[in-house]
Amino acid sequence: MTGTSQMQVSDEVAITIDGMNKWYGSFHVLRDINLTVYQGERIVICGPSGSGKSTLIRCINALEEHQQGTITVDGTLLSSDLKNVDKIRSEVGMCFQHFNLFPHLTILENCTLAPIWVRKTPKKEAEERAMHFLEKVKIPDQANKYPGQLSGGQQQRVAIARSLCMMPRIMLFDEPTSALDPEMIKEVLDTMIELAEEGMTMLCVTHEMGFARQVANRVIFMDAGQIVEQNEPEAFFNNPQSERTQLFLSQILGH
Amino acid sequence: MSDKTTNPIAFVAKGTIPPAPPPASQAGVVKWVRDNLFSSVPNGVLTLVALAVIYLLLQKTVPWLVNGVWTTSSLNECREVLDGRVGACFSVLTERWHQLLYGFKYPADQYWRPNLALVLLLVAAAPVLFFDLPRKLLIFTGLYPFIAFWLIWGGTIMAPIVALVGFVAAGAVFQIYGRGSFALGFFGGIATALIVWTLGGMLIPEGASDNAMLQAVPSRDLGGFMLNLMLGVTCVSLSLPLGIALALGRQSDMPLIKWICVVFIEFVRGVPLITLLFVASVMLAYFFPPDATVDLFLRVVIMITLFSAAYIAEVIRGGLAALPKGQYEAADSLGLDYPQAMRLIILPQALKISIPGIVNVAVGLFKDTTLVSVISMFDLVGMIRGPILASTEWNGVYWELLGFAAFLFFIVCYGISQYSQWLERRLATDHR
Repeated sequence: MTGTSQMQVSDEVAITIDGMNKWYGSFHVLRDINLTVYQGERIVICGPSGSGKSTLIRCINALEEHQQGTITVDGTLLSSDLKNVDKIRSEVGMCFQHFNLFPHLTILENCTLAPIWVRKTPKKEAEERAMHFLEKVKIPDQANKYPGQLSGGQQQRVAIARSLCMMPRIMLFDEPTSALDPEMIKEVLDTMIELAEEGMTMLCVTHEMGFARQVANRVIFMDAGQIVEQNEPEAFFNNPQSERTQLFLSQILGH
Repeated sequence: MSDKTTNPIAFVAKGTIPPAPPPASQAGVVKWVRDNLFSSVPNGVLTLVALAVIYLLLQKTVPWLVNGVWTTSSLNECREVLDGRVGACFSVLTERWHQLLYGFKYPADQYWRPNLALVLLLVAAAPVLFFDLPRKLLIFTGLYPFIAFWLIWGGTIMAPIVALVGFVAAGAVFQIYGRGSFALGFFGGIATALIVWTLGGMLIPEGASDNAMLQAVPSRDLGGFMLNLMLGVTCVSLSLPLGIALALGRQSDMPLIKWICVVFIEFVRGVPLITLLFVASVMLAYFFPPDATVDLFLRVVIMITLFSAAYIAEVIRGGLAALPKGQYEAADSLGLDYPQAMRLIILPQALKISIPGIVNVAVGLFKDTTLVSVISMFDLVGMIRGPILASTEWNGVYWELLGFAAFLFFIVCYGISQYSQWLERRLATDHR
């Protein structure tokens, strides 16, 4: 599994963020964000809480609106045009801190709902694909249970499978392991590592620095709504340049 | 640590103890009585007082029920038969049952029509209430309003057919144009329906209802418990979708829609239902063209529907507010559009949370249909207060008549309540 970070990064651009600014009322949450993500890249975004890292990735699939600058995903400009927004959302998968599975649907229905209604996939085909991805995240035997019957780690893996069923080209992870017990974190991270090895473009907000070292080919450090530092993981962890990064790393790796 | 041989903790069982029954004072009826009725002195006293009260109640009511007279033809005859004994005069029910159930003007030889409509109502409601039944049955549910209209009101069959064609045409227009633009489909659908109804209305010849297969019965001839059921079923089934639309509209990002919904809900909730009913019976005519006569039944249905829709909207708003924001975000992030997210993710959960509140409104609405008696419609209560108690034969029979009315309403309301509890258990998926 070592050497993941050298894999399959193409020079095809997946996401371009150019001069993006966002305010909540008069509070300036994101300040002049410029970022280019290439197809197949695995980017870990870290930073203290309130630094805007979740807001940044939520802007990419328009869960949050930005007020200035442009975001282009797979060549589609993110604007207020609902058609573009829906197109981008169906190409970008997202996993949330609290899983957000649909509690009134079974695991299988959770996975087939969007393909059937958004992609108009025939039901049988959607179910086959869902079972394929549920096998991949190693819970095919739970397919007919409801989310409330599963553990947190299993729920998060279902959430990943649910996103994958839409065949996304990009996956966003918003602190996918922060709400989990320690022993469940590993099963979710293993699933994400497997995904990374297959060349999925990933943007991941996480505090799992071991995951960042092993999987990421770029680590971004944010503070106060700004990208403070970004580098390859080796250089980032061993030789941080900015004072704020050094402080953050000393606190997070200190124990 | 002490020596092993003197260890006081060490123990080995010498054999198997055979199972034995519990002592008599700790099992069966004795235990239950002791635990629940005489667990302490105050509880014992309360039990005895309660038993005395129950005895007094039964002492009065049982003879009244048992001695009840069923076959006389007036209250005076009842009194003669009873000859001073305590006893109910149920004869009023056996003699006037048709008035209590159908009103006093519905033609007696046509009672089979509302009866059949009631039976078909159960068939039509089944696939809606019990969603494990095959979905194809919903086709009949969709046709039922037109069949029921024809059965109860009679007259020319062309009227319900034209109405049905209007709805089908509107639906088709919405299907075709609603895909591109919701507004175009929506208003186009309404326009189409109005055109079809106008043209259809002109096609029906003037005297078509005079010698139709089913004798025409005007709305003012409907009455009795039948009228309560008709109002209740129609208004509940119309106010639920309207309430959902109002609740969603109140959450809308579009200021115009949002404010229309807010003003409507707040206005209707601030006005007593009885006021709205008087408006329906007297004043609504001012808002229609002078020569248009809108049926009184329809006017009352509109008013009760609007009234309960406002309440249902607020109940559903509570359900919507109870959903975590993450459900909306998950639906958005999967690329579902607004109608899909609402229909597949948000409303199923919000409605499930709202079931107790919605049932509360529905039961209240059903009982409120008796208010139409104050605008001179002869529903069950209107029949009792009007023609029956005013007649010389039955003047003074209150307990029997009002008790019968209470009994009928209780059966229906208790049924609704039991259904809702079943539904809640059936839908409980989040923590089992």
